[in-house]
Amino acid sequence: MTNRDDVIRIRGARIIDPFRGIDVKDDELHVAGGRIVSRDDVRDGSRPVRVVDAHGLWLVPRLTDMHVHLRSPGQEWKEDLVSGSQAAAAGGFTIVAPMGNTDPPVDIPSLVEWQRHRGDAIGLVRIFPIGTITHGLQGERLADLYTLEQAGAVGFSDDGRVVASARLMRAALSYSVSLRHPIIEHAEDRALAEGTVMHEGDVSQRLGLPGVPEQAEALIAWRDVELAGLTGGRLHLAHVSSLGTLAALAYAKRSGLTVSAEVTPHHLYLTDEAVEAWDYNPVTKVNPPLRPQSIRQALIEAVVSGLVPVIASDHAPHHADEKAQPYSAAPYGISGLETSLGTVLTVLLHSGRMNPVDLFARLSKGPDQVMGLNYPGLLTGAEADLTLIDPNARWTVDPARFYSKGHNTPMAGEQLTGRAVATMCRGRWTMRDGEVLEADGE
Amino acid sequence: MQDLLGLEDLTAREIDELLDLAQALREVVDRPIKKVPTLRGRAVVNLFFEPSTRTRSSFELASKYLSADVINFSGSHSSVQKGETIWDTAQNLTALGVDAVVVRHGTSGVPRQLADLLRVPVINAGDGSHEHPTQGLLDLLTVRQCKGTISGLKVAIVGDVLHSRVARSDLFGFRALGAEVTLVGPPALMPDSFAGPGVRITHNLAEGMRGADVVQVLRIQRERQAGGYIPSLEEYRERWGITRHRLQWADADVVVLHPGPQNRGVEIDSDVLDGESSRVLSQVTNGVAVRMAVLYRLLGGTYDEPR
Repeated sequence: MTNRDDVIRIRGARIIDPFRGIDVKDDELHVAGGRIVSRDDVRDGSRPVRVVDAHGLWLVPRLTDMHVHLRSPGQEWKEDLVSGSQAAAAGGFTIVAPMGNTDPPVDIPSLVEWQRHRGDAIGLVRIFPIGTITHGLQGERLADLYTLEQAGAVGFSDDGRVVASARLMRAALSYSVSLRHPIIEHAEDRALAEGTVMHEGDVSQRLGLPGVPEQAEALIAWRDVELAGLTGGRLHLAHVSSLGTLAALAYAKRSGLTVSAEVTPHHLYLTDEAVEAWDYNPVTKVNPPLRPQSIRQALIEAVVSGLVPVIASDHAPHHADEKAQPYSAAPYGISGLETSLGTVLTVLLHSGRMNPVDLFARLSKGPDQVMGLNYPGLLTGAEADLTLIDPNARWTVDPARFYSKGHNTPMAGEQLTGRAVATMCRGRWTMRDGEVLEADGE
Repeated sequence: MQDLLGLEDLTAREIDELLDLAQALREVVDRPIKKVPTLRGRAVVNLFFEPSTRTRSSFELASKYLSADVINFSGSHSSVQKGETIWDTAQNLTALGVDAVVVRHGTSGVPRQLADLLRVPVINAGDGSHEHPTQGLLDLLTVRQCKGTISGLKVAIVGDVLHSRVARSDLFGFRALGAEVTLVGPPALMPDSFAGPGVRITHNLAEGMRGADVVQVLRIQRERQAGGYIPSLEEYRERWGITRHRLQWADADVVVLHPGPQNRGVEIDSDVLDGESSRVLSQVTNGVAVRMAVLYRLLGGTYDEPR
């Protein structure tokens, strides 16, 4: 075992630090006491040095997935904080932000504290909870957002449900001016979406499945952008997947509003054709639904240009029995923590669309800025949260090997290029060579 | 062909062969003793998760006329309500020794999923808004009997195409056999992506019916009013209901079809339904013949040609 005071010297890696905008080949980094230390700090030889040879690997700081569902409290048959932490470490992440739509919902400070402390005790990933916007996810009155924030919430969302009332959304955004963290919207017009199970288009028409038009998302996105303008509030649009939403984002950017957004790896990789290719297996059922190629292309371009500054998995594990239902009855969601990085590298890096610094910014600096966390990058004194990546490793997605309890993914069987080979959180290895270290919190 | 899941999957030749077989088996229905030993000793389950009397009875008689044993399993009052998944139910039924599964379900794709799971043939008796292939085949057979051929015919399918599994099977079947299909109805109920070679879409009934050799009239459901697709059934009838007067827009020898059950006075008037152009009762009889043909084809029975 590595003693916490030992020095870890990681040498030979290509260090890609989006926080500082640098990309340096064959560099080295020292870690001790959970933090980045300088070479001078460890030169005296008073502490044992463990050398990690990372030639051929990339080293990136603080991979963050700001949209996951860890299902605890209340739905531990789908996922719990141990399995979710393991999945995060396996996927290369050092921070995850779980959504508050648990049972009961995370609308009181004690639940925020419980999730956070439980995450620390498990010790595999930092769990930064997202509190709910409204009390009990009921969409009727605001939760005590400041109190939740004081307890450690890094954002607020009724994810899974839209904040249907414009009046209440105005109130939330207005109040967010006095807070440090964003209001995160699940943009979906309920009336348009009711009863639907996939994207409305030629595939849904041929398959005879009820479809939702992409406008169901865009209507709420535009409404919220207008409300962000009205209030000056801090708005983040979760899992965007519509051309209209991208137009609303561009408008918000031009207008100088504090509006950000995220896109999921599955919307970047797959299209609604997957519903047919999977023979109606609800493993492809996700909300928002997989979109056609034209929208997928636009989403890729929005990530490349930075219009969408964040990639987040919307990790939504379900038990196999729940997904083993006819398409309409099965729950929405894809288990995404363990395929996110490989998917993104395959679509955006190996296609030549993005350089590594910009790409990893979407997974580190982007979410850090949206949530207002102020990580400085790999500077001396910074917390040692980092991931070693083999960008050229070719692998085939096999959900049976997931640490997550949720094996529900239409990425199963896909060949991806690039994966995390080691994850370090607080100066301690949480995953090496694909094996997650023993969780402390069992 | 291992299963019959939809007409979209079939080639023109496969469809023609099924129609030929159905035509040959058709006379069994008119025999005084309606029993051929073709599928003796074989067992078929009708697994219906949606209420259905007509289609289920048609499948049941088709099996019985072929001497197969039939059990009917209704999803609404069964082990499915005790928490068993429909996959468990189907696997248990096939473990009983059933040789074919006829399935109807309210969700599109369930027959496809069952076919992936089960070793025995699966026959789709209607899935969600997707397909109802034996209905498509019986419509084709009825038209072929009247017109001799399908190729080159002008076929108008009128009504709620978006939600209709019959419309999809008809569309795929008629298109495969070379007919020109026009989909006619309220804009919100027209799947616009279906327009393409051999298929056009209009919301103008007069235009859609002009010179039509075949008019397939779809059932319009009152839920479409609540769903905001149409203002009211009354207004629907005003614009898309098939009346005797409007039938004159079609070819003089037009064949009128309706998959049933009919809303008389809504999508079709009684004097059309009961008139000389209507073939709705032939459709019902042909339905038995088509289902016999499908069972025969999938279960590999032997058929004694009538002497």
